Amino acid sequence: MNVVVCVKQIPDPASPGKFLPGTHNLARDKDLVLDDSDSYGVEMGLQLAEAAGGGEVTLVSMAPHGETSGIRTALAMGVDKAILVSDDTLAGSDALATAKVLAAAIRRAKPDLIIAGTESTDGYTGTLPVQVAEVLGLPSVSFAKKVSVADGQLTVHRQTEAGYDEVTVPLPAVITVTAGVVEPRYPSFKGIMAARKRPVERLTIADLGIDETTVGTAGARQETVSVAATETRKAGEVVVDEGDSHYKILAFLEAIKVI
Amino acid sequence: MTTDRIWVVIDHAGGKVAPLSLECLTKARALASTVEGVTWGDGAACAAEAGAYGASALHTVGDLGGGLPGPAMAAAIAAQIAAGNTPNAILIPHNYDGRDIAARLSVKIDRPVLTNVIGLEDREGLVTEHSIFGGSQMLTARFTDGGPGIFVVRAKSFPAQDGGGTSATVDAWVVPDLGATNGAVIGARQTEEREGPRLDEAAVVVSGGRGLGDAGNYELIENLARLLHGAAGASRAIVDAGWVSYSHQVGQTGKTVKPTVYIAVGISGATQHLTGMKGAKNIVAINKDKEAPIFSVADLGIVGDLHDILPKLINAIEERRTAAGN
Repeated sequence: MNVVVCVKQIPDPASPGKFLPGTHNLARDKDLVLDDSDSYGVEMGLQLAEAAGGGEVTLVSMAPHGETSGIRTALAMGVDKAILVSDDTLAGSDALATAKVLAAAIRRAKPDLIIAGTESTDGYTGTLPVQVAEVLGLPSVSFAKKVSVADGQLTVHRQTEAGYDEVTVPLPAVITVTAGVVEPRYPSFKGIMAARKRPVERLTIADLGIDETTVGTAGARQETVSVAATETRKAGEVVVDEGDSHYKILAFLEAIKVI
Repeated sequence: MTTDRIWVVIDHAGGKVAPLSLECLTKARALASTVEGVTWGDGAACAAEAGAYGASALHTVGDLGGGLPGPAMAAAIAAQIAAGNTPNAILIPHNYDGRDIAARLSVKIDRPVLTNVIGLEDREGLVTEHSIFGGSQMLTARFTDGGPGIFVVRAKSFPAQDGGGTSATVDAWVVPDLGATNGAVIGARQTEEREGPRLDEAAVVVSGGRGLGDAGNYELIENLARLLHGAAGASRAIVDAGWVSYSHQVGQTGKTVKPTVYIAVGISGATQHLTGMKGAKNIVAINKDKEAPIFSVADLGIVGDLHDILPKLINAIEERRTAAGN
């Protein structure tokens, strides 16, 4: 079973988000890391490929300036190869344009299964994986919290408001996995060394046969009108516990009539 | 461009319209003269409620035959638009099924999507508001060309108000052939037992984070939540670590809560978390790090060891109850 895992390389979430100067595009120009929420999809892809009796696991990513630092992290976990779409014209692409680009790249890997996170940690639009499914004409199961594979079919526990649904879906298919579904393995030193030699195929949108006027800021059909600071909530009383602060909390809850 | 016609995707369970769809209907009727609902399954069961909140008509794509709502809903809506029946905007709940519907519809009608919408206004065309960078900034956006806008709306962005409308008329919308896209089939539906109120409806929410130390200590959070007739929530960190299920998660990627009081225990207050809870009326935080960002939004912040404070707090509440005789 061949698996594609869609991964996003994002600015380190530990540093405050910012825009590229003079634009309302997130600054995603350097020091990118693998989106932590994608590490679950990578682990799931590796486990399912193995459970299905082998097959290739391929990363597909789109990033500016040929960025591969996040991809290397995932390769070090044991992924076979990667496809990176990088093209200056892609800056400012909306999710639909991105989905079309990624779908074109994914087709080249001829996958039986496509895995993505439920949403990215930087932009959190949350529609891209299912847009990819629709572009490719495939079924999808989003918010998978448990996945198994047998006889060309996946069985998925899909998160719901009330609990979960047991969903079956024939391959090929797209799934999105929630964080916490599996324990992502730590790359070993050997894995990190091996990752340097794993192939990363680099593609432009011309390679994918996509018209540059349909992507990036030029092709975007939505725009940011303004960005403004919001009224900040004022900090209240902060006290250091001296063994009696539970009474302070109790008094607070009484004052607001919660108890 | 005037906004005179809005469609709202009506999510429902057990014959009741989901609160988020009622919020969307309330907003839609303030913006447009004609509001219609689109749903799946038994439309008649939801017609009175949808009508009361502003829908004049409720279109249903019918029984899904075990399939997920995304493919059928998107294909049926797209078919209407292709046939010339076109609204200015489609409001879709930002939940599990809603995002699937929005994503597939977006491709079908080749229109982009605005998700995480928390504000929607008509300023010679619809503009949306989005909370970014942990709620410190508000981003305003709009679509730049014509055609129906797809807006995916977050919970609790607008109040739900019964407008006293009469029951919506119900009709069926044809679902085109879905081909392979409809391959996913729901077998069994499992309900996870959760006592007490729902996380997004509770007046009191007690949430735990990494500061709990290990998964076993989450019991403290559940005990306190139970005592206060509230719901237990969690930070993304402990959901990612597998301590509790995703359904407990409060934050950007989880639930938005606006309780009377939010008690954050061992949660540092990453921007991702603040987005989901800073709308609470009151915030109490317990954290051992006095620099934790959570204290910048807390009405009462306690710098201390939660492993000391929580058991004492639980005892104190129990004693107070016993003393009061209830």
